[in-house]
Amino acid sequence: MPQIFHPSANTLARASIFGGAFVALGAVLVTHMVIRSPYQTEVHVVKSQPVPFSHEHHVRGLGIDCRYCHTSVEESSFAGLPPTYTCMSCHSQIWTDSPMLAPVRESLALDRPLEWNRIHDVPDYTYFNHAIHVNKGVGCYSCHGRVDLMPLAWKEESMSMGWCLECHRNPEKHLRPREEIYNLEWSVDKDQEAVKAFVTREADAESKEFLMEDDYVSQEELGQLLAAMYEVPTLGHNTPLTNCAVCHR
Amino acid sequence: MASENDQTGRTGAAELPIIGPGHTFATVSDKLTAVVLLDRIRKSWVLGLAISFAFVMLFLMSVTVLFLKGTGIWGLNVPVMWGFAIVNFVWWIGIGHAGTLISAILLLLRQEWRTSINRFAEAMTLFAVACAGMFPILHLGRPWVFYWLMPYPNTMALWPQFRSPLVFDVFAVSTYATVSLLFWYVGLLPDLANLRDRAKNKIAQLIYGVMSMGWRGSARHWARYQTSYLLLAGLATPLVVSVHTIVSYDFAVSVVPGWHTTVFPPYFVAGAIFSGFAMVLTLAIPLRAVYDLKDFITDRHLDNMAKVMLATGLIVAYGYLMEDFIAWYGENEYEFFMMLGPGRPFGPYWAFYWALIACNIVIPQLLWFKFARRNVIVLWLISILVNVGMWLERFIIVVTSLSQDFVPANWQEYTPTFWDWSLYLGTIGVFFCLLFLFIRVLPAIAISEMQELAYEVDHRKNLGNDGHGKSNSSHA
Repeated sequence: MPQIFHPSANTLARASIFGGAFVALGAVLVTHMVIRSPYQTEVHVVKSQPVPFSHEHHVRGLGIDCRYCHTSVEESSFAGLPPTYTCMSCHSQIWTDSPMLAPVRESLALDRPLEWNRIHDVPDYTYFNHAIHVNKGVGCYSCHGRVDLMPLAWKEESMSMGWCLECHRNPEKHLRPREEIYNLEWSVDKDQEAVKAFVTREADAESKEFLMEDDYVSQEELGQLLAAMYEVPTLGHNTPLTNCAVCHR
Repeated sequence: MASENDQTGRTGAAELPIIGPGHTFATVSDKLTAVVLLDRIRKSWVLGLAISFAFVMLFLMSVTVLFLKGTGIWGLNVPVMWGFAIVNFVWWIGIGHAGTLISAILLLLRQEWRTSINRFAEAMTLFAVACAGMFPILHLGRPWVFYWLMPYPNTMALWPQFRSPLVFDVFAVSTYATVSLLFWYVGLLPDLANLRDRAKNKIAQLIYGVMSMGWRGSARHWARYQTSYLLLAGLATPLVVSVHTIVSYDFAVSVVPGWHTTVFPPYFVAGAIFSGFAMVLTLAIPLRAVYDLKDFITDRHLDNMAKVMLATGLIVAYGYLMEDFIAWYGENEYEFFMMLGPGRPFGPYWAFYWALIACNIVIPQLLWFKFARRNVIVLWLISILVNVGMWLERFIIVVTSLSQDFVPANWQEYTPTFWDWSLYLGTIGVFFCLLFLFIRVLPAIAISEMQELAYEVDHRKNLGNDGHGKSNSSHA
């Protein structure tokens, strides 16, 4: 009886066992990478808008405060997009003939809102609240990045649940004084002197001594002080921020 | 014919032979490989496959409608949120258990009579687990996120709740399926090599050749094979017990009267073996008749299986008795209501309850008598009734306990709809379709083990005759 398989089948069999393992492992890795890639999360992906609105120009160039347009961010769960009237409060006077702004003028004339394309769209079963974050010391920067450097807006963070929970578990890594919420350039290192002044002003003697021990206040140290001041539940607190009911009502 | 074995004293006073007379290595191999390789495609096989395939179509249609419209197509309502899907899940997984019991536990106990039934009992396990494994996914309201039940690092930073028996189920059933598949496949290796060597067709040679993974039957192969087979049997044995225990936790861990019962784990396992053996008998009796395998699946096998069925049936009966006794003894009004009052025996499902008692307790008592164990028709009918009875048992446990529990304002009966039935019948179709394909392409009886058995029986006979272990075939 002739042999069924050529001797090369031995190599083939061995290779297929190893290959199979690698294919399986590779499939898992590729899936892992794809669901975390910009393809899925849209991080750093610029979407087209009816008007090419530049945060860079309006915030950095003109120094407009975030709340001038996003008016409800301190009171409402929804930060809000400015209505056409807000745009026209300036653009009825300047760049009145700009073709770029034609949709804005049309919107006012026809009393039809501009249809912006939403960049940060969490699912509707997630009840995100802007006001609580802004009032408890989370700056715009922590979630939206350097908006003042974005010619066209993009998403800086994935807005995935794991990313939210990371901060809800360790909020002290991101807390900042309420005065600096809208300051996109602020950081503990850059504004160390101001931070020290803040600690000197706000902390009681004992915690001040502890925080300023090495003549440097780190983000974690400041965060702990702020968490206590603003009553932000940190890890081990009896009402943790990681409870389902916090976001998934 | 009577008693070749009792001369050695090893198997006691066996009245029936474990293998037909005069079998050698070659005859066993010829006969068993012929079913797969030489046999022409039989009309009865085609008919059986066609009918079961029609039910597979029904299954696929039911699943499609289910996925399109949701679980609302079933007769589920607020108090009874577990209906046919869970009843059938437990039923199928229970059927699967006899296969592992036969192949693993009886192997550890060195029971020779397992040899001729273990292969298709293991296949039965696999196909029953395949049917069972679908229900926990299909009865999810959102089946497409079933993988959230697995622990894997994800962007939600979420893990399954390891305190839920439904999560234990995921691990139990997937482990059970994997180990059963491995055990079955390891057992198949020498037989696949046998088929490879006997196949005349080039394609069949290639397929069996790849599947047999270069099995040459060397002494080293056999030594390692025996070790791994025994190890797998040792692993599969606690698995059988724990898998159905975990399935019973789905109920026993709850607070529902009729579910919260500590006797559930052993009684569910016994019930699983009971129904599993019933299914093995239901399949073995026609199989040996159609394929003329009475030399291999002898009356002795049927007799032994009937005895195991009787023994486990009595444990199940004890389980029912204990449930009722504790309901009376425990003085909990809800449990009394469920077990002895208008809950199960005298409630809206009384007919199911008493049918269950008849099928599972009364009728199997016939197995005490030799005439019932030896009469193939009677045995076959009993085995079918036990299958029905064990299905009713799961129905009674799941449905009656939910339909009338603590709050009378919350009482509601459950009536299965067409889609409940179609999915159930559909999985039966899937099961039989797989089984028909299995019979055609793989040896339904373990060839190498039957050869070993033939050798041993022959060896013992010769020992008895002339004191020399002479066999009438070479031991390659």
